[in-house]
Amino acid sequence: MMRTPPGGTAAVRPEPATSGTASRPDGAQADTAVLRALRRIRVPQTQRNRELALLLFAFVINGAAVVLVQLGAAGEIDPKFLYYLGALTALALALHIVLRLTARDADPFVVPIATLLTGIGLAEIYRLDVHWGRHGWDAYSNRQLAWAGIALVGAIVLVILLRNYRVLFRYTYIFGLAGILLLILPIVPGLGTDANADVWVSLGFFTFQPGELAKICLAIFFAGYLVRTRDALTSVGTRFLGFTWPRARELGPLLVVWLVSLGIIVLQRDLGTGLLIFGMFVAMLYVATGKTSWVLMGVILAVGGAFVASRVLPYVQGRFTNWLDAFNPKLMDNSSFQLVNGIFGMAQGGLIGTGLGQGRPWLTPVAESDYIFPSLGEELGLFGLFAILVLYMVFTSRGLRVGLNGQDDFGKLLAVGVSFTIALQVFIMVGGVTRLIPLTGLTTPFLAAGGSSLVANWLIVAILLRISDAVRSRPRVVIG
Amino acid sequence: MTKELRRLSTILLVMFLALFCSTSVIQVVQADTLAQNAGNKRALYDSFDVQRGSIIASGAAIASSVPSKDLYSWQRQYVDPEMWAPVTGYINPVLQSSTGIEQALNQQLSGTGSSQFLSRVERIVTGQPARGSNVVLSLDAKVQKAAYDALGDLQGAVIALEPKTGRVLAMASTPSFDTNALASHDPDAVNKAYDELLKDPANPLYNRAIAGNLNPPGSTFKLVVVSAALASGRFTPASKLPNPARYTLPGTSTPISNDTGGTCGPGKEVSIADALRLSCNIPMAQLAVKVGAQAIREEAQKYGFNSAFQLPLTSTPSSYPRVLDDAQTALTGFGQGKVTATPLQMAMVSAGIANGGIVMKPRMVDQVVGPDLSVQQRFDSEEYGRALDEGLDRQLVEMMVANVSRGVATNARIDGVDVAGKTGTAQNGDERPFSLWFTGFAPAEDPQVAVAVVVENGGGVGQSGSGNTIAAPIAKKVMEAVLGK
Repeated sequence: MMRTPPGGTAAVRPEPATSGTASRPDGAQADTAVLRALRRIRVPQTQRNRELALLLFAFVINGAAVVLVQLGAAGEIDPKFLYYLGALTALALALHIVLRLTARDADPFVVPIATLLTGIGLAEIYRLDVHWGRHGWDAYSNRQLAWAGIALVGAIVLVILLRNYRVLFRYTYIFGLAGILLLILPIVPGLGTDANADVWVSLGFFTFQPGELAKICLAIFFAGYLVRTRDALTSVGTRFLGFTWPRARELGPLLVVWLVSLGIIVLQRDLGTGLLIFGMFVAMLYVATGKTSWVLMGVILAVGGAFVASRVLPYVQGRFTNWLDAFNPKLMDNSSFQLVNGIFGMAQGGLIGTGLGQGRPWLTPVAESDYIFPSLGEELGLFGLFAILVLYMVFTSRGLRVGLNGQDDFGKLLAVGVSFTIALQVFIMVGGVTRLIPLTGLTTPFLAAGGSSLVANWLIVAILLRISDAVRSRPRVVIG
Repeated sequence: MTKELRRLSTILLVMFLALFCSTSVIQVVQADTLAQNAGNKRALYDSFDVQRGSIIASGAAIASSVPSKDLYSWQRQYVDPEMWAPVTGYINPVLQSSTGIEQALNQQLSGTGSSQFLSRVERIVTGQPARGSNVVLSLDAKVQKAAYDALGDLQGAVIALEPKTGRVLAMASTPSFDTNALASHDPDAVNKAYDELLKDPANPLYNRAIAGNLNPPGSTFKLVVVSAALASGRFTPASKLPNPARYTLPGTSTPISNDTGGTCGPGKEVSIADALRLSCNIPMAQLAVKVGAQAIREEAQKYGFNSAFQLPLTSTPSSYPRVLDDAQTALTGFGQGKVTATPLQMAMVSAGIANGGIVMKPRMVDQVVGPDLSVQQRFDSEEYGRALDEGLDRQLVEMMVANVSRGVATNARIDGVDVAGKTGTAQNGDERPFSLWFTGFAPAEDPQVAVAVVVENGGGVGQSGSGNTIAAPIAKKVMEAVLGK
């Protein structure tokens, strides 16, 4: 396998192809058959045209969803919210134009998928606001719209600034430190809020969930760290039971991440984030080293940790009981009320759903955040949920594709890490609300109400765009 | 790295497939069950919006929805509310609750069941208002009235089954309640009515035919004990049992006696047939110990004990306990001790014997009919299992016929018809009133109806009534109603 030193190579960008002309006026006489062939296979704006078509499709669906919500829940069309939605559409188009100018070979699927998911989530949040009669800044949908605007601006800025994502490699350990700091912010006295799990930071005028940003920082850290140390991690070890087991020295980082995750679970009562970060690390570790023994140990540590936590920590124990015994009438009225009502909602939706704005998703508490998926299941039915899951699948597969085709290990690992995070987060949330696994508090990416999560996930979109652009704009015939 | 990435993609694919499965299971496989869950308010809310279908018995609607001008679009109305209360139950948007068929078949009545999927799509396309489907019951209004009237002021229940199919022909429970009062949209009135019913010591909200506080089945359970004895192959109706006037429970010093206080007829020994005909306790207690708790329990479970049934109303399981010593086993020989049974269960015992030994699953609904009168769903008769081998059933039928014609169940006789039956007079403790039972079927040679009657609280006469004097005449009237006498 080809391996380029990360950060060491400058992006060699060929000139934009001028189709049809065989010779170039600037007199570059190195115009070999290979370069000509290269120019032919790279028709630059195809990706962007494809993206534009998909984006328009997403806009139509998003608009239609809001109109259907208004007709279904309020019985009339209120143009105001559609205008607001127009602003979001404009920002998505702005991102598209920025990509045309600066990253024309970026993956064409991620922006339309993220836009569509954000829009569908927004429509459902708006639908709940209509029911509860929330207006102005009390309405989650308006706040979500504002956050979506911030998220998109953030993504645009990142795409523009991060011309060469390999600079991130230089700051591996700074990102590691930042990630850890962000994770412990909520338990700093004076910053935390009184919510159920200590995952919020209050800055006076607004609250923020730093765990969401931490996952990006840690993905960068893991990618950088693993690229630097993979040789040591792969080459040495002792054979035992058919696996090559790492030496105690190389076990260190795995144990540290495990301890940090456990710390989050214990100190912040946040099972989801702990699980997410540990899962991301194990996956990246496996991809970097190719050692099944690491995965095995990771799974053993995770299962062991979960088992001990379920015995020792009352809140984890409660989650397990709610999961296994959700339909116990005693629990149904109390601790498993949300979970069971979400499931009732989905069952009510059936195959085709009640139609947007025509179900009763509000019967489930916090239907707009943790239970956005069952809410959508009630109104869009199984067909709608399958479509949403397929969107997530395509999104993740685009990220893994970047990993497969990538030119440098850092970019590959980073792309795999962030896209795996999204998939794992979907699995943890959707699996939780459908009782596949115990429910833990995370956000459903792009869909759920919550600004931090939206911003973080759109930053992931920007990172994926940048890495995928670098993959495609490399003259791959030459390199390999 | 490529190999690892491919493996990782496989893992992700498996994760997503798991999510596809878990959502499908909830939204398709379990959707109906979840919609019927008593804690699910969505189905209930839905049902207030549509014109609910009717519940139909003997070709006439016994529950139907009429337009209403208050907060809710439709008002539920019940015909003969007290008589049908245990069957229809009620549905009320104010109380946000429903019971009976209204709850069990809410999906069909409100038009959201999976069998109505196509008609729902059609209505969406054509823009017609949503309407629920009608539920056609297997119950016969004439038999139901006979059962309800026969119970009168007594506290008890009657259930009548068609032995060959398991169809329920009547299900009455007294004291009953006014379902119309509980369907009222006036919050104050309906809450007051409901609270009064809850406070009533006679528990009118109980459906004593399939639930409530279960009674010991008394001597009617001897049918199960004899079934187990015959099934073991070690006994025939002519097998002899010792016939003392007093019997001490094994391993204790507690004496038991027959109802008569003496021996079971003359002689030192008595046959199983005579012991059943005269309903003697001592021979049956000894028989139970000989047959063994295990064998009796297995036989009881073949008749449906220890299981709940969905008629679709959920029945409380009748109980033959798991662990018993010899003394307790002896008590179960005549349906005392820790044995409890619903009238439904005892009717299933009779129906099983009547149907050549095959027990049918009881059911109350024949079909679901759409607003356009098309049949959307049919309920078929299902076998629960075989309780008696061929040939043995006839032996039991003969003993049960003798029981009515020349035994202790004489008040169930019907002119010109051979009635098979068994009475029971069950004790509930030293001073407390008896529970009075009758179960049987008619005509013996070609059974059309199996019936079980329980009268609680001694029928108002403490410990002086018996199954034959109080319960048997009620059963007789019900059987006559089925046979058109």
